[in-house]
Amino acid sequence: MADKRERDEISGTETTGHEWDGLRELDTPLPRWWLYVFYATILASVVYWVLMPAWPLANGYTTGILNWSDRDNVRAEVQQLEASRLPMFERLGQASVTDIAADPDLQEFARAAGASVFGDYCRTCHGAGGAGAPGFPVLADDVWTWGGTLADIERTLRVGIRSDHPETRMSQMPAYGRDNLLSAAQIGDVTEYVISVSAARERLSPDPAAAARGAIVYQEQCSLCHGPSGAGDRTQGAPSLLDDVWVYGGSREEIRRQVELGRGGVMPAWEARFDAGTIRALAYYVHEMGGGEPDAPPPPLPEATPAAATAPAQ
Amino acid sequence: MTAAVKKQEWRIDAVAILAILVLGSFYALWGIAHAADRAYAIQMWTALGAFLVGSAMLVLHISRGPSAESVASRYENGVIKAGVFASMFWGVAGFLVGVIIAFQLAFPSLFYFQEFGWLNFGRLRPLHTNAVIFAFGGNVLIATSFYVVQRTCRARLAGGLWPWFVFWGFQLVILLAGTGYLLGVTQGREYAELPWYTDIWLTLVWVVYLLVFLGTIWKRQEQHIYVANWFYLAFIVTVAMLHLVNNMAIPVSFAGWFSYSLFSGVQDALTQWWYGHNAVGFFLTAGFLGIMYYFIPKQADRPVYSYRLSIIHFWALIFLYIWAGPHHLHYTALPQWAQTLGATFSIMLWMPSWGGMINGLMTLSGAWDKLRTDPVLRMLVVSVAFYGMSTFEGPVMSIRAVNSLSHYTDWTIGHVHSGALGWVGFVSFGALYCLTTWLWKRQRLHSFALVEWHFWLSTIGIVLYITSMWVAGIMQGLMWRAYNEFGFLEYSFVETVEAMHPYYIIRAVGGTLFLLGSLVMVYNLWRTARGDAPAAERAGDVPAAAAVAAE
Repeated sequence: MADKRERDEISGTETTGHEWDGLRELDTPLPRWWLYVFYATILASVVYWVLMPAWPLANGYTTGILNWSDRDNVRAEVQQLEASRLPMFERLGQASVTDIAADPDLQEFARAAGASVFGDYCRTCHGAGGAGAPGFPVLADDVWTWGGTLADIERTLRVGIRSDHPETRMSQMPAYGRDNLLSAAQIGDVTEYVISVSAARERLSPDPAAAARGAIVYQEQCSLCHGPSGAGDRTQGAPSLLDDVWVYGGSREEIRRQVELGRGGVMPAWEARFDAGTIRALAYYVHEMGGGEPDAPPPPLPEATPAAATAPAQ
Repeated sequence: MTAAVKKQEWRIDAVAILAILVLGSFYALWGIAHAADRAYAIQMWTALGAFLVGSAMLVLHISRGPSAESVASRYENGVIKAGVFASMFWGVAGFLVGVIIAFQLAFPSLFYFQEFGWLNFGRLRPLHTNAVIFAFGGNVLIATSFYVVQRTCRARLAGGLWPWFVFWGFQLVILLAGTGYLLGVTQGREYAELPWYTDIWLTLVWVVYLLVFLGTIWKRQEQHIYVANWFYLAFIVTVAMLHLVNNMAIPVSFAGWFSYSLFSGVQDALTQWWYGHNAVGFFLTAGFLGIMYYFIPKQADRPVYSYRLSIIHFWALIFLYIWAGPHHLHYTALPQWAQTLGATFSIMLWMPSWGGMINGLMTLSGAWDKLRTDPVLRMLVVSVAFYGMSTFEGPVMSIRAVNSLSHYTDWTIGHVHSGALGWVGFVSFGALYCLTTWLWKRQRLHSFALVEWHFWLSTIGIVLYITSMWVAGIMQGLMWRAYNEFGFLEYSFVETVEAMHPYYIIRAVGGTLFLLGSLVMVYNLWRTARGDAPAAERAGDVPAAAAVAAE
């Protein structure tokens, strides 16, 4: 231990005189700028404590002379925002489809509100622009399982599909393979038949003999919901089989898998989450994506009975 | 006579350690027999295996007696050498997992298996953070602290075999933690994910660490305690306190891994971030400042710039850091007054942090020319520059108005990594280069050119990382708060995620460069230790027969 102060030749500063394993320390005073900036940060903090809520007390805390409260500020901002949207939402809530069609301002508002909500709540499953994903229907085309009028879409949004809403839209395709309702050969036949009536027949060239056998199975098992011709039934949520649009995939194997498993997805009911104006805006946004159908007169539903077409599903 | 005393001392610590290992084995056996879930059973099998291997190693070690090298040296070096190995191993492992999860963020289907959760992002992420902070950082801290405290106290490590218990006990913590995270065993507290039984084991290891460190200081042959040791001691003591308070939990069963925190709601959140921020403050700052205060003046061969600054900034840092945690909970359910205190204490912390930076950088005065010729010193100095940068950025981000933009964005990730890669990483690399040269008694490293490669690969990697995360984070924050003219959010969340994609790729590339740099270091250190550099004894380490006998 060398306990003697010595002068460092390079800096001209004295050392403290201590030494550890060859390490020494200079006795340089605190850099002035460092000290003053340190004092300044302390001063700034004290000022901030005086202005803002800062120190806890036995009952409560020092509220600060600005009386600043995050909670009040947020509440006020949200109220202001809601108030600024309210008139338009009210107009939207009362507007019919024709009203909206005649009102460019309302359209623009509905589009903005719908796009905002769709992006955060719907896009995850239904994809950007309603492009769909395996298991989640395309919204941008004109193929609708439960109907594509503004009223239909709005209802689907409100009550959901296979959701926990008491009025939910509900349909259930049997799992013909998993539950052994049909043999593997029968499922193969009915798959060929479905392909033969659909627009996919060009693509997949079904086996005519198997399709003929499958036609019998189809009439026994499937026609009740999907209709004798395969045109589907929107009142029951049974998709049309005539087009070439498949929620669970359109390859031969994927169509067969759907007959085997009878999968059906869940769409949440949004009634409890969004107010009526927001749901209307969302319905308008989806309706506008490409395949929305006019509300009046009701579109002809080929296989549905006229009574079921106008009454709610349940 | 001395030999007999020596033998006696060996026996007491060996018996005590053996007792711990045997008790641990019994507990693990009981746990296996009664395990409530499969994950717990696997953890207990792992522990049992470790305890048995540990016991075998202990018996083997005693039957062999102290190695010739250990007797010939004035200091205990073996445990530090082991620490250098462990640091390099865990460092590379942790960086690798970091690179994997960086690519997973850019390409989410990477290593994603629906039925097999082991490699999901959610499990790899705590594996990465724990591996780099606690496995890499912890081993560097334990190894350097054992080295520094011996040299600056001119005393051999206290406690006979206990330092080895600390080393291997800590490796067991890492093993249980890492395999546990892959199994899905976690407390769900960031940086404190360890389940309750690993927490208890770590507590034991940590208390022994504290006693070994204090014991060495106790028998020092220098009148004063060197500044590096103040920082190491602050790190060890405070981490013990943080660990104990934040992990207070009640296990659902002693035969299962799950436990409930003793706190709830916002109190729980505040306790967690009091812990979380001080893990940064005392683990990643105070401990590594200890490294800085020894290795920079040593490598620069200059006296520390200012003794007075070291005292003032030490106490200011210690006092102020502990209050800064609430800034992690701005604009949450945490009362606003607590947020105010967290922000202001963070701002006051700016200069105390910079005191360390000034002392590190200004120690170079009179030796700046060495930066051209000594890449190891350059690495150490650049680490201090990164330290200065991130300890300025931190207080800025703790200001509530800034935080309303930065919070929850990748700006935070960029900030953390400028500190973690730049400061903690570089200062550790510098220390590892020095330690390998000194402990394996080499004149110099195997290759300075490879250190240059390491330096530039890592530096470019860090720059890519932090700049991409700044841009991405600020963009993300601005997109989240953008409203359109009708009062609706301009962007959906997924649009912000899409916008981040290119930056995530840049970040992953930066991380890859950093990983490559560390591999270059490992190769270089391995060649150095193997003997591809000329040998040299370090002055001061030369055995003094008298010194050994005096113990």
